[in-house]
Amino acid sequence: MESRFRFLFLSATLGVVLLTSGCSSLPFFGKTKDTEVAEAPEQVIEPEVERREIVKPKIDTEDFEIAVFGGVMSVEDFGVNPVVGASLAYHFSESLFVEGAAGVTDTEETSFELLSGAAELLTDDERQFTYYNASIGWNLFPGEAFVGRNRAFNQSFYLIAGLGSTRFGGDDLFTINVGAGYRLLFNDVWALRVDFRDHVFDSDLLGASKTVHNLTGRVGFSLFF
Amino acid sequence: MIRKGLQLLVFYSVLSLGMMLSATAQAKEYRTVAVADPFLEMHTGPGKGYPITNVVEQGESVQIIRRKTDWFKVRTDRDREGWVNIAQMEQTLDESGELTEIERIGRDEFLDRRFEAGVLTGDFSGADTVSVYAGYKISRNLGIELSGAQLIGNFSTGWLGTVNLVHETWPEWRLSPYFTLGTGIVQTRPKSTLVSTPDRIDQVSLVGAGLRAYVTRRFVLRAEYKSYVVLTSRDENEEIDEWKVGFGFFF
Repeated sequence: MESRFRFLFLSATLGVVLLTSGCSSLPFFGKTKDTEVAEAPEQVIEPEVERREIVKPKIDTEDFEIAVFGGVMSVEDFGVNPVVGASLAYHFSESLFVEGAAGVTDTEETSFELLSGAAELLTDDERQFTYYNASIGWNLFPGEAFVGRNRAFNQSFYLIAGLGSTRFGGDDLFTINVGAGYRLLFNDVWALRVDFRDHVFDSDLLGASKTVHNLTGRVGFSLFF
Repeated sequence: MIRKGLQLLVFYSVLSLGMMLSATAQAKEYRTVAVADPFLEMHTGPGKGYPITNVVEQGESVQIIRRKTDWFKVRTDRDREGWVNIAQMEQTLDESGELTEIERIGRDEFLDRRFEAGVLTGDFSGADTVSVYAGYKISRNLGIELSGAQLIGNFSTGWLGTVNLVHETWPEWRLSPYFTLGTGIVQTRPKSTLVSTPDRIDQVSLVGAGLRAYVTRRFVLRAEYKSYVVLTSRDENEEIDEWKVGFGFFF
């Protein structure tokens, strides 16, 4: 009885051991891949290709134009006075540009104030005339200006119109500006600008409301970048 | 005094910037391209109106000095300079023998734009308004916009500042509609020629809709309507309609 159990037990153990550990070592189950790997042929010629690094230099664009200007501004009823300002423009195309500008001038007493000797209408602060505007410009008649025998400068005429706001006499006034100008390019970067502009708004500063025209003539230098 | 100083500062900074630009221009390396068309036309200036005074023949190469709008200043091997249009410039070959790649801002760039800024003007319930806006797009459809406006009326003037959420529902349409939801503050100041009453600052909220059209290069036109509710300290809230048109750029 006992020996039969021992036989069964041993044979079962043997079977388990054979199945779990032995399988892979048996020729049937454990196929090795050593023989299948074909050796790669040795490379005879090493290609010596150096990649050419092409760094493309960037092209400078000069579509922005910054300008400073000075001139005279006639503020209706308040005299003709020096005006200074600055502007920044962006050129979309050869013919179209947009421009933001701001300027400031100090106005004088009106004739009435001077002659009557009465109290002044405005305080010093209110007498300062400041404006800003956004405008669209259109370049017309491009061409060349000849200076002497050997020099030619590019030039163009432009029409410009826009709107903005003016602070004068203690009030903010919605202002339309219309004008025309001339641009003479010394080179690709520097230019001279001459500009005439009318700044129009409705004002009731002197009693009844009326449309006021303020003409400005100015000269400026601009820089393209 | 301060203004004088400021003027001088602006003047000198412009001057020095110009010097810097012209100084760097001399030491620069330029892109060289070869002419593939029968010839390349060189104008005297950056525009169609300027006459053609030189041509560069096929096979010769030119250096690209600078660009102004759609025009390129080039220098030939024989040191002649002139301006070439973008259409001809794109037909030249670069060092690798392929067509020269030139950055053209078009509709695709417009659709993938991130920043946009511009100016709008119109009517704010009887007052004139001039407003400036700057926007950032989170996705093709959704963006945030900041807007600041000056209000100029017959009886009062003021400022309006708002933050807006903008949804562009069909961005690929030529005339693409958008919808806005926003909030902000409005400051109103009675005109100085009228009796003086104190300035008022109120909160506003708004809904709006508008249309945007891509024109050319970085240029966009837009028109919009906004309906404001001014949350006043009085018994009733004020309702205001605003219509505006204007233009913008994108980057």
